[in-house]
Amino acid sequence: MSAFSAIGEDVERDRNEYTPGLEPQPTWCPGCGDFGVLKALKGAAAELGLSPEEMLVCTGIGCSGKLNSYFDSYGFHTIHGRSLPIARAAKLANPGLTVVAAGGDGDGYGIGGNHFMHTARENHDITYIVFNNEIFGLTKGQTSPTSPKGHKSKTQPHGSAKDPIRPLSMSLNAGASYIARTAAVNPNQAKEIIVEAIEHDGFSHVDFLTQCPTWNKDAKQYVPYIDVNDSEDYEFDNTDRSEASEMMFETENALHEGTVLTGRYYVDDRPSYQQEKQRIGEIPDEPLAERYFDDDYEWERVYDSFLDKHK
Amino acid sequence: MTDDELIWRIAGGSGDGIASTSQNFAKALMRAGLHVFTHRHYPSRIRGGHTYTEVRVSEDPVKSRGDGYNFLLALGDSFARNPQENAYYGNEEVKPLSENLDELNEGGVIVYDSGLLDTEDIPDFDERVADNGWHVYDIDLRTIAREHGREVMRNTAGVAVTCAIANIEPRVIKSLMEDTMPEKVFEPNMSVFDDAYETVQEEFDADAPDISVPEGDHDEDQVLISGSDSIAYGALDEGCRFIAGYPMTPWTEVFTIMSQNLPEVGGISEQVEDEIAAAALALGASHAGVKAMSGSSGGGFALMSEPLGLAEMTETPVVLVEAMRAGPSTGMPTKPEQADLEHVLYTSQGDSHRVVFAPAGAEEAYRQTRRAFQIAYEYQIPAIVLYDQKNGGELQNVPASVFDEEPNPDLGSVVTEAELADAPHDPSGKYNRFQHDVDDGVSPRSIPGQEGGRYLATGNEHMPAGHISEDPDNRVNQVDRRMEKMEAIRADLDADEGTNAHHGPEDAEYGIMTFGSQQGTVEEAVDELNEQGHSVKSLGVSELAPYPVEEVSAFIESVDEVLVVEMNASAQFRGLTQKELGRYGEKLSSLLKYNGNPFEPGEIVDGFVTSIVEDGTLPGHETKFVPAASD
Ligand SMILES: Cc1ncc(C[n+]2csc(CCOP(=O)(O)OP(=O)(O)O)c2C)c(N)n1
Ligand code: SF4
Repeated sequence: MSAFSAIGEDVERDRNEYTPGLEPQPTWCPGCGDFGVLKALKGAAAELGLSPEEMLVCTGIGCSGKLNSYFDSYGFHTIHGRSLPIARAAKLANPGLTVVAAGGDGDGYGIGGNHFMHTARENHDITYIVFNNEIFGLTKGQTSPTSPKGHKSKTQPHGSAKDPIRPLSMSLNAGASYIARTAAVNPNQAKEIIVEAIEHDGFSHVDFLTQCPTWNKDAKQYVPYIDVNDSEDYEFDNTDRSEASEMMFETENALHEGTVLTGRYYVDDRPSYQQEKQRIGEIPDEPLAERYFDDDYEWERVYDSFLDKHK
Repeated sequence: MTDDELIWRIAGGSGDGIASTSQNFAKALMRAGLHVFTHRHYPSRIRGGHTYTEVRVSEDPVKSRGDGYNFLLALGDSFARNPQENAYYGNEEVKPLSENLDELNEGGVIVYDSGLLDTEDIPDFDERVADNGWHVYDIDLRTIAREHGREVMRNTAGVAVTCAIANIEPRVIKSLMEDTMPEKVFEPNMSVFDDAYETVQEEFDADAPDISVPEGDHDEDQVLISGSDSIAYGALDEGCRFIAGYPMTPWTEVFTIMSQNLPEVGGISEQVEDEIAAAALALGASHAGVKAMSGSSGGGFALMSEPLGLAEMTETPVVLVEAMRAGPSTGMPTKPEQADLEHVLYTSQGDSHRVVFAPAGAEEAYRQTRRAFQIAYEYQIPAIVLYDQKNGGELQNVPASVFDEEPNPDLGSVVTEAELADAPHDPSGKYNRFQHDVDDGVSPRSIPGQEGGRYLATGNEHMPAGHISEDPDNRVNQVDRRMEKMEAIRADLDADEGTNAHHGPEDAEYGIMTFGSQQGTVEEAVDELNEQGHSVKSLGVSELAPYPVEEVSAFIESVDEVLVVEMNASAQFRGLTQKELGRYGEKLSSLLKYNGNPFEPGEIVDGFVTSIVEDGTLPGHETKFVPAASD
């Protein structure tokens, strides 16, 4: 028997399997978009038939970071901005796990921006969901990297002088191989996108528009959205880099003009980091983590292999 | 220093092959049966600039670089040779000769490359030679090298000259060169060697200086190894198969050795975007069930403060290495200091705890790195191996049998799926991974992917299954349990023998205490002091957290006064000792050094005699004496 028998179980599942019983109840505000992400993730996990125990959900800090408190699987609620480095190492250590990382726009594009850029570049086989509510929620409504220019908050009383970052374009340029935007107001698309993102072999970035009715009443996320992949007005090939880039640019402008465009913007089938690293002989064929439980595994003694050059 | 001991200093420019030449020289002499110890001095620049390595060679075991040195091989700094005046590298060519004269012992030997260096450029050179009774050999090493091969081979010429003067059998060196050089390079190097060797025999009186390498014999196979090598091998033997890092001198050495060796044993090395990520990756791998490490030097370790606290709160085992260099901030990148002690002990917010080992030399570094992994994984706590630029880079001979230990794949306190079936779960079906009442505070962990083991690891305070909670009773229980581990670890470490090193006569009148890399130097100073008729013993402490309170108290109790020797300006180790012991301020004085160079044994001897025995004042500003609290 494998030490990790939860991995690869193939049974039909119900979304309620990912609800951790009576406790704890979500502490999100009524109407918060974060409920939409939780619902979509549960639906996606059920559809994929993933055992809660083969999933590791790593989150950062923020209202969004509580996702794995309310989603029943293995979880690592990390520190502000650091979910990605933890998630990608867990995946390298045990590639059998389904690893999902999640956090807010401040967490992922602000304090964790550097990790975001490099995780995308390296194309780790993990799924990253960013709760984009254009605001810092948990710390009570400060301007975030995605807040529009001119956004006023207690820490930006004269209105932000900065242009918001463009998460989709940034992700494309950094090297993510699956990039999509969806919204809490559209549960069906959200679930489908998360299913695809998890199935995708490589770094999947989902910019998930969530509303924060408590601190950000102006955000456009409440506006009915247009699914660009289904819309006749927006024919484009999302496997073509430059077409994807143009579409993202348009989408990011549109959001601040009051139109919400969502969909799959880029899908690239280049090899994941794990595959590349395996190809050059820097990653073992079998999951590393298995070895510690495998009585037949021969542990090499350093003495034999390395010490000769010191003699 | 005894008379029949060679301390050979090879000086030149950074990038001129000084390190590799000295390493081969040391290894050849180790193979010939001698004890060796090397000391590196290099500037924080890539090419050019004055650099040297010392190789101390003796019939008896050596624990430090020794006092001064007695043989200088001064090569030219090839990168200082710049035709354009005021160009970036400037004209520092003569430095390998001029910069090294102050520490050359009386009656010592100077060999310099007259093809590149001119003694006319050094004020009072001839006078100083006469005053000190130095023996000078001006040999055109550059031309010899050019005639038989290439200019870079002047290192070989210099080694040959050393052999001729110090009576080292050429075969000793040649056989090593044969082992390490490709044939194409080996042949011309041999011609260079022979020509230079004969030049000395024909043109100089090689017997004039009373300097010769002694003969020796090892009882068993030896290896020439550094502290950085030993830390890496200790980690590998302890089943560490994952490392993540970001380069920073001098930690880079451990990172490099691990990166080169891990793929060979099926492990993974990751060079990542910064040190926060590096430590976080180590946590991620460990959480997923792999023995993992990361590390850095002062500035990089500062960035690891947050993941360090997360490791403690989530009880994720991890080993971090901290290689100290002179600070604050980026300080002096290539110079050793022991001033990150408090940083390592106290960084990270809240009531956080970690285990800290500070090995003294290569042998201890291997054992204590293994111990650090065992403790980290058994007690689910971050463990730190604290060392410095000095013991990281020093090479010394160690019996090969030290490394002849079985690997340890034990993942520590984890549960199997079979055990999970009977383990306590909460009503939601989650595993109670952070149970309140457990032995020694250790609540076994499950690994993601295990059936029946799911839980939430979180940096927030949490209930037994990991749910975030601010419940006051739970808070107290969890804090108490996490703290209880430290007591259990202390008891566990107390059962080990000989981790902290005692040296000198048990009934001595005075004590010297130190930690980490200064231990060997202190021990040599203790021997010298006892030979001079003083009564002194030493204690080298290498367990810093939890602190060996009983062992240190007993040591201090047993003597009249203790001199605490450390390489920093604020007496951090002395401060730690007083804090942990809650007393003894009136018994502890400090001898401090923080100019970027480690102590030499003679400085400790002088410091002890002048300050403790004679109540006098130390000359110069190299070392500083801080008296006991009641003074
Ligand atoms: C290092 C650090 N800095 C600051 C904080 C305080 N903090 C907690 S959450 C947060 C921002 C949350 O905003 P976002 O990531 O957008 O998530 P949201 O709450 O909107 O879901 C901040 C600044 C922290 N926990 N750690
Ligand atoms: S503050 Fe905003 S983001 Fe946070 S829970 Fe409330 S609505 Fe959601």
